[in-house]
Amino acid sequence: MDSLAVIVARRKRQDKLFGALGIACTSLGLIMLVVLLGDLMYQGFGRINWQFLTSFTSRRAGSAGILAAWVGSLAVMCITGLTAVPLGVAAGVYMEEYGRKGRINTIIEVNIANLAGVPSIIYGLMGLGVFITLFDFGRSFLTGGLTLALLILPIVIVATREALRTIPVHVREAAYALGATKWQVVRHHLLPYSLGGITTGVIIAMSRAIGETAPLIAVGAVAYLASLPQPAPFSGEFPFVSFEWIESPFTVLPILMFNWTSRPQADFQSNAAAAGLVLIAITLSLNAIAIFIRYRARRRIKW
Amino acid sequence: MATPGALLDVAPTVDRDPIARLVQRRQWTNFAAGSVMFAAAASSIVVTCSIVGILLFESITFFTQTVSPIDFLTDTMWTPQFANPRYGILPLVTGTLVTTFVALSIALPVGTIVAMYLSEFAPHAVRETIKPLLEMLSAVPTIIYGYFALQFMTPLLQKFVPGLPTFNMLSAGIVMGVMIIPYVSSLSEDAMRSVPMLLREGAYAMGANKVHTGFHVVFPAAFSGIASAYVLGVSRAIGETMIVAVSAGMQANLTFDPRQPAETITAYIVQVSQGDLEHGSPGYQSIFAAGITLFAMTLTFNILGHQLRKRFRQAY
Amino acid sequence: MNLAAADEKPVERRIPAIADPAVNGSMTRSPLAYTNNMVEPTRHEHDAPPTPKVTVESLNFFYGAVQALHNLSFVLAENRVTALIGPSGCGKSTFLRCFNRIHDLYPGTRYEGRITLHPSGTNIIDKSVDPIEMRMRIGMVFQKPNPFPKSIFENVAYGLRLKGITNKNELCDRVEIALKSTAIWEEVKHRLHKSAYEMSGGQQQRLCIARTIAAEPEVLLMDEPCSALDPIATGKIEELIRELRKKYAVLIVTHNMQQASRASDYTAFMYLGKIVEFGPTQQIFTNPTVKDTEDYVTGRFG
Repeated sequence: MDSLAVIVARRKRQDKLFGALGIACTSLGLIMLVVLLGDLMYQGFGRINWQFLTSFTSRRAGSAGILAAWVGSLAVMCITGLTAVPLGVAAGVYMEEYGRKGRINTIIEVNIANLAGVPSIIYGLMGLGVFITLFDFGRSFLTGGLTLALLILPIVIVATREALRTIPVHVREAAYALGATKWQVVRHHLLPYSLGGITTGVIIAMSRAIGETAPLIAVGAVAYLASLPQPAPFSGEFPFVSFEWIESPFTVLPILMFNWTSRPQADFQSNAAAAGLVLIAITLSLNAIAIFIRYRARRRIKW
Repeated sequence: MATPGALLDVAPTVDRDPIARLVQRRQWTNFAAGSVMFAAAASSIVVTCSIVGILLFESITFFTQTVSPIDFLTDTMWTPQFANPRYGILPLVTGTLVTTFVALSIALPVGTIVAMYLSEFAPHAVRETIKPLLEMLSAVPTIIYGYFALQFMTPLLQKFVPGLPTFNMLSAGIVMGVMIIPYVSSLSEDAMRSVPMLLREGAYAMGANKVHTGFHVVFPAAFSGIASAYVLGVSRAIGETMIVAVSAGMQANLTFDPRQPAETITAYIVQVSQGDLEHGSPGYQSIFAAGITLFAMTLTFNILGHQLRKRFRQAY
Repeated sequence: MNLAAADEKPVERRIPAIADPAVNGSMTRSPLAYTNNMVEPTRHEHDAPPTPKVTVESLNFFYGAVQALHNLSFVLAENRVTALIGPSGCGKSTFLRCFNRIHDLYPGTRYEGRITLHPSGTNIIDKSVDPIEMRMRIGMVFQKPNPFPKSIFENVAYGLRLKGITNKNELCDRVEIALKSTAIWEEVKHRLHKSAYEMSGGQQQRLCIARTIAAEPEVLLMDEPCSALDPIATGKIEELIRELRKKYAVLIVTHNMQQASRASDYTAFMYLGKIVEFGPTQQIFTNPTVKDTEDYVTGRFG
């Protein structure tokens, strides 16, 4: 049997080795992130200019741009946000504040946990089956936005519930003891105090939605779209605002990038990298904003 | 001096009726708001029902009109675009499994080591900085990973693996594995952090080192949570679409060799959806049949994970 | 029944539970029975005789299948401070929280019996009575200061807003009155729109009391209001409680025996979900009739 000193030395070496392995594995992830960003930069940065951002896509790689795609992404996000946020926040509030005891709540809870694990392409199939075939919304902004809204619904619900859970029970009791109804407690206290957490969750959900490609392919996003949403939402004539554009064909940034990626020509690959850069800039800045808001909210309210 | 009776009569009387009216009106608002919120919560059930309903409806038509479920599950050819189409899901399933396997053989070990390192070895400041950075890996849109696999990983691998085709499952799987690392590491790390200090102290008090404590005390104690992390990783890999659609190829191919190109279930759905699909055509229905296979696979893993979690759950 | 004076009759008529020794067997004597027997603490000699504000008759309370309160009968007198004392887990807080039905927030809780709020005669715990209305009429101060993460002004104004007061001037006036009556106006008048979380613990608790009394409730419930505070802050709150007694019926749960003896007029000793003894504070502390009470107030309990 080895002496204690030898054993201890061996153990210490073990720890050092594993520490090194841990650093190596952690760096692997980070290096991949850096390499990926670097590769995109290298391939695509040269293509990013005003013309690229303000032109429609084209058969010639050199004159193609991403105008329709980023406007489309923005428009789809509007529909997604306007649907998923109220629905998800309301559902989260219900589950956390209203239906805590019931059997229905348990069912909804299990259901949402399962929904969060459903692959995104399946949401696309549902959008195809329900919004296009059943409701006849067409391959439109509306269909795309709603499909993504349902996709991120579980994220919004979970974020809302977690944000509500950080509010201590004694704050609720204080409000109830003054004679507030449940709805007043929610509206005057819980929603304002959890706003930071909910906003963080919503932004992260939106950044996920903006990068989604697969479900939108399933609901028929088009890659070649040489127009902005038609008809324009604002006009000089009465009634000035029109929502008919939601029924027009749509495209989004990741779809265009996919289309360019599947082309053999190298020029289109640089276009794809440039589109990817724009996309990654959007998602990462959304994430940064989310982290910042969470940090601010934590500093503002300390329970 | 007033008598108690008289006192009672002049006791502060609150104007009851306005308050009662106010309260009644509020209770209505309260009820209405509660109902709206219940409807919102219940809508999630509608979503699930539509998913399952649509998948079942279209694939049942497919199985009764186009191909029998037995052929679907046993035929080794998936050639829907041929004049004489055959619909054997096996090649798509192997494509899915091989890419998943490659991804997991990277994501699970690396993710676990990262989690163990961050939870047991790294100083607090390092952990707080690294974790959000790693999570950025999962925030990157998957189409960008697809591009990265095709344009960077494949050329890189071709230097080491002679004869590697442009489209191959190896490259797709590796990139997918990188994408999944943060899913595994983040959840596992949370699980390890929540193991009470007391357990660690028990091991350290007996002279155990960090590696020993980590693998023999913390890992088993946190296994329930680590298992959920693994299951999440598995279902992400199975359901991942864009990476494989871009870089693994779009030809169904019954093979277990990751160097080969092959199509996954998800990639098939993308491939067919890109064309104009007529509602009711076999092509249209086939993506739902593929979809329900995918759904069943992820569901199986989720249920398995649930059982694992239940079996290994520790009560501290 | 030992009500001596004829002018106590109306009280007796209104509170049958107290008049009937059979119902409140666990209680040694009705607190109201002492009114004309000069057991009132001398410092309150100028006070009018007590009148009942809330009467509790054979109250049982359950958390699911577990019965937490057993057949309690009790009187809360107007313009008096009544203290609930007893070892941890004896049901003091549970009892107190019945008065504004805050238990309703949690599933599986159930009341039996009657808690009557005078003079309206409302049975607080009746299913048909709206807890929201009861909570507007019965204010509560919690163990830990629990201001809302809003401004000091908004904290105090919240109860008023709930009562439907929207007039800015009225709100300002009543916030000022409430803060003055809890003696923190001078400390906070320059920072009314700063967050309540920037105050000290003692200030926060007085803010919470101000928030409660701004809405002019009829009864004030206090659940160990000083347990999270330092001795100086505790002294200020106790002083405040003695002031509040002029306007309210105050029910206070306390762990602190000195506090009960200093601040209260009546004391109920609770043990295992029952009221063991209930009477004027002086009597409970100097001449208890039940052995358990004596043991507890002299610190020999256990």
